[in-house]
Amino acid sequence: MTVVIAGASLAGLTAAETLRADGYEGAVIVVDPSTTIPADRPPLSKQVLAGEWPPEKAQHRAAARVPELALDLRLGVAATALDAATRSVTLSDGSLISADGVVLAMGAAPRRLPGDQPAGVHVLRTMEDCLALRSDLDKMPARVAVIGAGFIGAEVAATCRSRGLEVTLIEVAPLPLGRVLPGELGGFIADLHRAHGVEVILGVGVEGLDSITGTDGSQRVSGVRLTDGSFVSAEVVVVGIGVVPNTGWLEGSGLRLDNGVACDATCSAAPGIVAAGDVASWPNPLYGEVMRVEQWENAIEQGEYAAKRLLAELQGAEMPAPFASIPWFWSDQYDRKIQMAGRPSSSDEIIIPEGSIEEQRFVALFRRGDLCTGVLGVNRPRHVMQVRMKLTESLSWDSAFSVFA
Amino acid sequence: MKIVVNYDLCESNAICMAVAPEVFEVRDDDFLYLLTEEPGEELREKMEESVRRCPKQAITIEG
Repeated sequence: MTVVIAGASLAGLTAAETLRADGYEGAVIVVDPSTTIPADRPPLSKQVLAGEWPPEKAQHRAAARVPELALDLRLGVAATALDAATRSVTLSDGSLISADGVVLAMGAAPRRLPGDQPAGVHVLRTMEDCLALRSDLDKMPARVAVIGAGFIGAEVAATCRSRGLEVTLIEVAPLPLGRVLPGELGGFIADLHRAHGVEVILGVGVEGLDSITGTDGSQRVSGVRLTDGSFVSAEVVVVGIGVVPNTGWLEGSGLRLDNGVACDATCSAAPGIVAAGDVASWPNPLYGEVMRVEQWENAIEQGEYAAKRLLAELQGAEMPAPFASIPWFWSDQYDRKIQMAGRPSSSDEIIIPEGSIEEQRFVALFRRGDLCTGVLGVNRPRHVMQVRMKLTESLSWDSAFSVFA
Repeated sequence: MKIVVNYDLCESNAICMAVAPEVFEVRDDDFLYLLTEEPGEELREKMEESVRRCPKQAITIEG
């Protein structure tokens, strides 16, 4: 029996580990276009970028277990085509594998600005990206412009400030983290960065990049032109404007692609084919909505689940219950530990049962009618997790709020 | 089975508390406390789950 896992990052390796832990003894072929096992990503915008950690420290625990898992690990090899009906997988080295099971865990790739990418313009996704950016920061640029105030942009801005660099954070939306944080909470993030000396520009788009020609004829970025006509002079530009799931190779596979790989409630995309991590889009029964979650812990949780689900199918065992999860993530910015659980929408009511925004230590609950859709904590890890434990049982507002009774 | 937490790495994300509240507790001071250092064998799966999910990879199982 053969299982092919596309992707050797967190979701893929966790799936491999789970298959072995649950007694699967067949072949496990893991392919990844990266020539090394991808790094554990959270330190790439923090400790490694800050220069506090050597690159080798940003390795996930599952990566260290690879030798004992008896995997057929093929690095530098991408899956290039899939026929979902026969589960035939074509690889970039020309080989064709007929698989009994397939785990799709290819992750996502960062969006870039359109047009030429002069030197000094960076995205941050892989260790290679991180070291290239770090090397430019080591040269002490006069100013770093960060385009996009999502989590990557916000963390990069904080790390650059900790290195003593001048930073301008540019966001087209009216507030930072607008895609995940309801209402005025993004204002807290903007204030946090301003208090640490970041120039924060909100509600203004990017028109384009300016560059200068060096003596050797090469182009190097010199700044960012904004849609309001202003100009931010910067020797380094970091683009953090989101990611796109790596599903291009699945066009024509027979799988439905809709903001990632469209799965059923058990993370199955077709018979014998499951998906996990950044690429998987599935109806989360706790919320009754289709989700795709780009978060570290989800890659582990869903990687485990998808492997168990696949194994049950291959062994003709009873299928697990649908994948019901309360997504959770953390972000470290300056000395603030920001954590969020759940999936609130921008229109949800915000209630602060503990602390206050002024003291920069608080818990915010998000309410939609009788439901609690999520919780945000700033330096309140205990409360965030207590609420999350309640939400895992049900989204009942009364139950979530009882944590503070 | 002995649980060891590397407190230099631990940042009190409290994921372990969600997995095994009978062993891990993050208190109001935001620090993680071990309610027992030697949980029973029946908790091994939960302990392994806690190790896997810890964002700081701060938990190890000995024995």
